[in-house]
Amino acid sequence: MGEAGERGGERQEAGNREGSITMASSMTDSHRRFLQVLMSNGIIDAAEARRLHRFFCEQHKVYYAHDKLDDFIGIINTYLRPLFMEIRKGRSEDNGKIFYALVNLAITEATKVASDYAENELELFKKTMDLIVESESGYASSTNILNLSDKLQSKKMRKKEVEHVLQKFVQDKWLSERHGEYTLHTRCIMELDQYICETYQDVKKCNICHSLAIQGQFCETCGIKMHLPCTAKYFKSQPEPRCPHCNDIWPHDTRDLVQPDSHLSPRIPRTPRRISSSEPK
Amino acid sequence: NTKPPRVFPRDSARSPEPGPTATPPMPSTSSSSSSSSQAQKKPAKRTEAQIQQKVNELVQFLLVKDQKKLPIRRADMVKTILQDYKDLASVIIERAGRILEEVFGLQLREIDQKYHAYILINKLERLEGDGMKMDESVAKMGLLMVILSLIFMKGNSARESLVWDVLKKLRVDPEKRHKTFGDVKKLVKDEFVRQKYLEYNRVPHTEPPEYEFLWGPRAAHETSKMQVLRFVAKIQNREPSSWVSQYNEALQDETASASAAGTGN
Repeated sequence: MGEAGERGGERQEAGNREGSITMASSMTDSHRRFLQVLMSNGIIDAAEARRLHRFFCEQHKVYYAHDKLDDFIGIINTYLRPLFMEIRKGRSEDNGKIFYALVNLAITEATKVASDYAENELELFKKTMDLIVESESGYASSTNILNLSDKLQSKKMRKKEVEHVLQKFVQDKWLSERHGEYTLHTRCIMELDQYICETYQDVKKCNICHSLAIQGQFCETCGIKMHLPCTAKYFKSQPEPRCPHCNDIWPHDTRDLVQPDSHLSPRIPRTPRRISSSEPK
Repeated sequence: NTKPPRVFPRDSARSPEPGPTATPPMPSTSSSSSSSSQAQKKPAKRTEAQIQQKVNELVQFLLVKDQKKLPIRRADMVKTILQDYKDLASVIIERAGRILEEVFGLQLREIDQKYHAYILINKLERLEGDGMKMDESVAKMGLLMVILSLIFMKGNSARESLVWDVLKKLRVDPEKRHKTFGDVKKLVKDEFVRQKYLEYNRVPHTEPPEYEFLWGPRAAHETSKMQVLRFVAKIQNREPSSWVSQYNEALQDETASASAAGTGN
């Protein structure tokens, strides 16, 4: 997080800026649209964020500069924070790509979820999160999660119900699933990283980027953890794979670590809010 | 047909108030308008910061509640959020409405004066490529558009049986389970009605009882007669003005809402 605007590379200096318009510090419709997209999608990747930034600024004729996306979002955030929300920038643990997510600055971990989920469903989420965070790989198998069904204190669930709720967690971007294994969704990590760090004392930070690492590889000698994309990037420039901390041989495969993009696949979504007018123009 | 932008005083505008500030201060962005020392009822022991906190909590509550597009009752706001600030409910709701509009582009509208029910209306028109999620609710809105058209073209009400007939012709058989819409009758009679897109009433003096559909208040806010007429015209490949009475009605409707917007609401 917190790095200056990434260059997409594809875009030249925005030719003719509308120089006379000053960088306003109040919300315009371009900001509102951007925020609405995040409310509707929850999370978007950096390419989409850049596209929308440009599109909305042009649409509403407000100041646009391609490298000012983070400032643009900063304005939205000054208005959002008092409302216990924030747009955050973070990296996917799968592929290292940048994402923007709308998160709740929740007092409890589940203020957001609480509105829609029953108590035992929340408990299931919490227990699933325990499994994921306390695992080495950052994944929990569906079998292990299904086995939680009769361990719920609040109200037991049938396995079928657990399956159904798991799907809901995936749809709502709390979890992501791959081959029957579940991990925390990028958006969930962005929202809850502070909570996770406070709740699980043993949770590891990535030795490279220093942010929370759920999925990753361990050093079997000294125990440090690294995100897969961070690992891949780091070892690419090393003559041989040695732990950056204890210099022992790195015991894992370090090639082809970065998964094809898993967050861009269409998911079942939330509601847009307006009768779609028949005519785009 | 964008509405004229309204300039709202910053919600952070507050007179310095002694006492504990339980809330994080509102952002002090620039020197926007500041002195909104409105003469509000001044309750004994509540600081401006405490009131602001309630306003902010209410905004979040309304956003969460709006996800299902169901009207939100004032009584629910009081019970869940406002609690012992009940006496300030009007002020707090109004301020929450201003934030929703200023920050999110959503308008808080009271659609039922008797039960004080509110809905949120998106003030921003959809655009091609606007990045909003496409899902089955887009298809539902398409179905709704057909029904709204039918109602409008039939003189602002349509018998239930007619609606089902038309849907059947469009291969949406209300008697069968639809793969996108599921139980079609339930969606139309129940979900759309609860979301206030449609009204469903018994036709007076019918025995056995017959029912008809009308536009609900949300429909009138989210779309317009003119938009619906253009939609119909496009499908039928005709000019909107070729339906004389509907066209005139839609024009009147446009003028009325334009002048309403001009007066600030």
